[in-house]
Amino acid sequence: MSRQANRGTESKKMSSELFTLTYGALVTQLCKDYENDEDVNKQLDKMGYNIGVRLIEDFLARSNVGRCHDFRETADVIAKVAFKMYLGITPSITNWSPAGDEFSLILENNPLVDFVELPDNHSSLIYSNLLCGVLRGALEMVQMAVEAKFVQDTLKGDGVTEIRMRFIRRIEDNLPAGEE
Amino acid sequence: MADEALFLLLHNEMVAGVYKSAEQGEVENGRCITKLENMGFRVGQGLIERFTKDTARFKDELDIMKFICKDFWTTVFKKQIDNLRTNHQGIYVLQDNKFRLLTQMSAGKQYLEHASKYLAFTCGLIRGGLSNLGIKSIVTAEVSSMPACKFQVMIQKL
Repeated sequence: MSRQANRGTESKKMSSELFTLTYGALVTQLCKDYENDEDVNKQLDKMGYNIGVRLIEDFLARSNVGRCHDFRETADVIAKVAFKMYLGITPSITNWSPAGDEFSLILENNPLVDFVELPDNHSSLIYSNLLCGVLRGALEMVQMAVEAKFVQDTLKGDGVTEIRMRFIRRIEDNLPAGEE
Repeated sequence: MADEALFLLLHNEMVAGVYKSAEQGEVENGRCITKLENMGFRVGQGLIERFTKDTARFKDELDIMKFICKDFWTTVFKKQIDNLRTNHQGIYVLQDNKFRLLTQMSAGKQYLEHASKYLAFTCGLIRGGLSNLGIKSIVTAEVSSMPACKFQVMIQKL
């Protein structure tokens, strides 16, 4: 009965592998469907955005996080609560711009790329671009327009993975188009 | 330690994405199902490999099916298969009374026609898992009332 013995502790770990592998299968499929990497990046960002706008609800419902008073607080919540909750990692926050409207999230290890190697012919593929879309979508739902992009990626030989976040503006009017 | 919500949303996006690209290119439903099924197959292969790394060797086919119904299903969908039936001639029916990927949709018959989209990935998952354990199979799914569904596994004798 050794098979039953090591259940339970493994199951948490497995679910992350399920996500990682599923994401891998998705990117592979997109690479087959689209001719160039830019289109794949765009598609990943779009899918991430759609996930983000829904994920924020789940996040607010379960995290008990209140309103953030400035962008620094938002950065803290993203890194210490959101990333921890959904990906099990806590990126560090660095490189604040003097104006306080830009910062970098440094991911020491990115769970999305656990089993991944980029083939040579996909050098411009931003494999984890989904994450940028998620961040953009989620923050848009709490009235913050941001820009998120990868500036360093371990898959491309960099030492760490870095997502650069830039605050664009506060979205004042939250009415959907055509419903005035 | 990825959270479950993230997987569910990703799965939804995959289904939506595959069907959206089909709309533009006039591809029929079957092709989309195949695409999703193939993605599931690849994931199933990977998962089962990692998951059976430290387990004892399986006795027989039934033993493998039980493993899929209990351990495999629990890690992926947080519950066991509710009912496993077989005719002892290579056909297994796995019934899940509250299938995780259907619970977010309206229960009952309203969206029944769309259910198959959300089952294709899982069919592939099962087929991929079995395939890496040395069993070639055909997996189909059937829904009569959401969120319950049945997966039929037909073992292909070599």
